[in-house]
Amino acid sequence: MPKKEAIEVEGTVTEALPNAVFRVQLPTGHAVLAHASGKIRMNFIRVLPGDRVLVELSPYDLTRGRITYRFK
Amino acid sequence: MADGNTPGRVFDPTAAPGVTIKSDRELRSMREAGRVVARTLELLAGALAPGLPTRELDRLARKEIKALGARPSFLGYLGYPAAICVSVNEEVVHGIPGDRVIKEGDLVSIDAGAIVDGFHGDAAVTLAVGAVTGDRKALVEATRTALERGIEAARPGNRIGDISAAVEGHIRPLAYGLVREFVGHGIGRKLHEPPSVPNFGPPGEGPLLRPGMTIAIEPMVNLGTWKTKTLDDGWTVVTLDGSVSAHFEHSIAITETGPEVLTAL
Repeated sequence: MPKKEAIEVEGTVTEALPNAVFRVQLPTGHAVLAHASGKIRMNFIRVLPGDRVLVELSPYDLTRGRITYRFK
Repeated sequence: MADGNTPGRVFDPTAAPGVTIKSDRELRSMREAGRVVARTLELLAGALAPGLPTRELDRLARKEIKALGARPSFLGYLGYPAAICVSVNEEVVHGIPGDRVIKEGDLVSIDAGAIVDGFHGDAAVTLAVGAVTGDRKALVEATRTALERGIEAARPGNRIGDISAAVEGHIRPLAYGLVREFVGHGIGRKLHEPPSVPNFGPPGEGPLLRPGMTIAIEPMVNLGTWKTKTLDDGWTVVTLDGSVSAHFEHSIAITETGPEVLTAL
């Protein structure tokens, strides 16, 4: 069963907002609001401004996304 | 479950996020799951005949998977209502078995998955019902060969992009439509794991392949446009221009010596 392809991009966190929401700067020049995925939260992975992260964008609203991974 | 970047391990920059490396014991379970899928597909291929409603294939699959001591992977997955996907002619993938009756000359893609000891197997074949037109036969052969090319590229040291490029390299000169919105995937404790395995793209890019990785490679190829749309049932994917489509899939393991097909008999 094939997977519906999600749009995943790398970006840099510029600002931590309340409720585990972050502003992430993308290489395309856009900035998106991204919340931390459940896995990131469950494993108490700290996401701080300056971190490089992987953001899964919603195909319906390209200004919002989900942080699925933090690069070390 | 080993992760390429589990806390406490030495950080490995070449490991893709979330990619799991299976132990020998886990691989044994995956072989078992793969064998169940292969046997189920073989049974369904034998049962396929003109006049058969596609829901009958689903009934047979449920029975067979259960008889082999496994559970269907797809049933209930994101709310999917059946044990297998049956996609006829212009249906690309995710066709829900139902009242559609199989006719002579149809191309029928059957996609099946099974869970054994918590591990998934996932494979698909496209079958010609009776005598089909030459262009349909050629499409099926090309898609099957594209999968083989992709599997051959799945060796340690290569990257996901090498698989993608091998599949695309076989299909592109034939001027078929190569589906882009759906991709192959990692497989293991979850049906869909990272990494994505696209059927197109440049070689040498993407996550590095290493022994213990298990992935599903699955080219979806159309006689017409590569573009697809999803029907109102929320699942069935059809070609945008109504042209017929073929789909082949194997779950494979990367081993030291090359690819091992898990979903073969």
